[in-house]
Amino acid sequence: MFFYMQILDIAGLQNEDGSFSGDIWGKVDTRFSYIVICCLSILKCLDKINVKKAVDYIVSCKNMDGGFGCTPGAESHAGQIFCCVGALAITGNLHHVDKDLLGWWLCERQDYESGGLNGRSEKLPDVCYSLWVLSSLIMIDRVHWIEKAKLVKFILDCQDMDNGGISDRPNYAVDIFHTYFGVAGLSLLEYPGVKTIDPAYALPVHVTNQILFTK
Amino acid sequence: MDFDETVPLSQRSEWADVVPLTQDDGPNPVVPIAYKEEFRETMDYFRAIYFSDERSPRALRLTEETLRLNSGNYTVWHFRRLVLEALNHDLFEELEFIERIAEDNSKNYQLWHHRRWVAEKLGPDVAGRELEFTRRVLSLDAKHYHAWSHRQWTLRALGGWEDELDYCHELLEADVFNNSAWNQRYYVITRSPLLGGLEAMRESEVSYTIKAILANPANESSWRYLKALYKDDKESWISDSSVSSVCLNVLSRTDCFHGFALSTLLDLLCDGLRPTNEHKDSVRALANEEPDTNLAILVCTILGRVDPIRANYWAWRKSKITVAAM
Repeated sequence: MFFYMQILDIAGLQNEDGSFSGDIWGKVDTRFSYIVICCLSILKCLDKINVKKAVDYIVSCKNMDGGFGCTPGAESHAGQIFCCVGALAITGNLHHVDKDLLGWWLCERQDYESGGLNGRSEKLPDVCYSLWVLSSLIMIDRVHWIEKAKLVKFILDCQDMDNGGISDRPNYAVDIFHTYFGVAGLSLLEYPGVKTIDPAYALPVHVTNQILFTK
Repeated sequence: MDFDETVPLSQRSEWADVVPLTQDDGPNPVVPIAYKEEFRETMDYFRAIYFSDERSPRALRLTEETLRLNSGNYTVWHFRRLVLEALNHDLFEELEFIERIAEDNSKNYQLWHHRRWVAEKLGPDVAGRELEFTRRVLSLDAKHYHAWSHRQWTLRALGGWEDELDYCHELLEADVFNNSAWNQRYYVITRSPLLGGLEAMRESEVSYTIKAILANPANESSWRYLKALYKDDKESWISDSSVSSVCLNVLSRTDCFHGFALSTLLDLLCDGLRPTNEHKDSVRALANEEPDTNLAILVCTILGRVDPIRANYWAWRKSKITVAAM
């Protein structure tokens, strides 16, 4: 699989301004910047792209609130923030992030009533933001700014106690997507019995160690 | 649509010459999907025309059938574009096709990318139509991230900036907490070629924002917008009396959340605002027997109480205050 991946012309998907298209057909989004950087770092061939330009593009998507959107000027969104911060973390460029300002924006995602996290101002809490927001906070070393116990309770309240699985919010239907993000969120909250995951890769630490620290 | 959806493709004479191509899941597929028969068959015929690269009218119709079964299949969208080009198909009709697909589910990246491709080919003449389309989508979900992204692209690539600020106002009248609309407002005042830029717009925007804040002081978006209006101009931020006045106004009220007014005042103090007696009295009126230390520290203490879920953040803010920043 690694052989085929290396044939794929990922470098060809990088545009003049450093952004990445999702495929040869052109849609640009900072999600793709993260995916490319994450994949190439796992394959140990980040040199196939112009990392400086990629970083410059991500920085151009930084907003006044310290967050990031999908393209320059787009609304700050926790999912996009995870992608941008993750890409900057993997390439060693977190100094471009205003950690205090972004950290505050991220901890403002926590709802006092439920303890859950939303992805944008005035939207409803959703379990998946347990990954996007928490990972981002951990990467910028500000996770102590959220109330962990209340968030743990929110995630646990999203379980279907009869049939298993986790939903986006309490008493909604469960699905695999939210089950994954709920468990990942519990891992990042150091919930007992859940393995540690790497916040930038969203992979278990024993896997990232194996990938990144062996030839 | 001019085909009989209920008849399987294998029984339609139109497709009799095509040998359907089955999906190759490999010898030991992991978690193979239990496709419905109609889906499996449609994809088998799509694979056949895709690999034979048939760019015909029936191929176009087949991509529509396929997309109705799964509008997320980007290979099908891509092939549809190739067919549209080969047939020199009416792209205005294509805009209508996209709108029909969007009725089922508009939270689909591939659909919006296809829309952009079509609009780009049609050029500035469709700017109005694209703004109208996104307006319709936003009327159902005013924070629809794809619609806002497409709207920003339309303005940048095709134009139509003239009424955008009014549109933002319309949305904010309907819901002043709509962060997407506040973001779009910022997008317009900073990027519109018809306005003078942030500094030129600052006075009118500050006035607009203060009105919004006073109507709903618990609105995170309006307070953040206010601060963003002073981007890179700390001097104006701390010297513009309307900013500290709105904080005082809100703090003097007993019927609302004080958190954002306090945090804004805190930022002003940390940025160099010299507090007046009015500032001090206003804050002290909210203190609960808390020690009368420097004003910024007192604000942090109160914030730890009124916004308890972020107590750790306010404690950190307190720890960063130096005596000089009183």
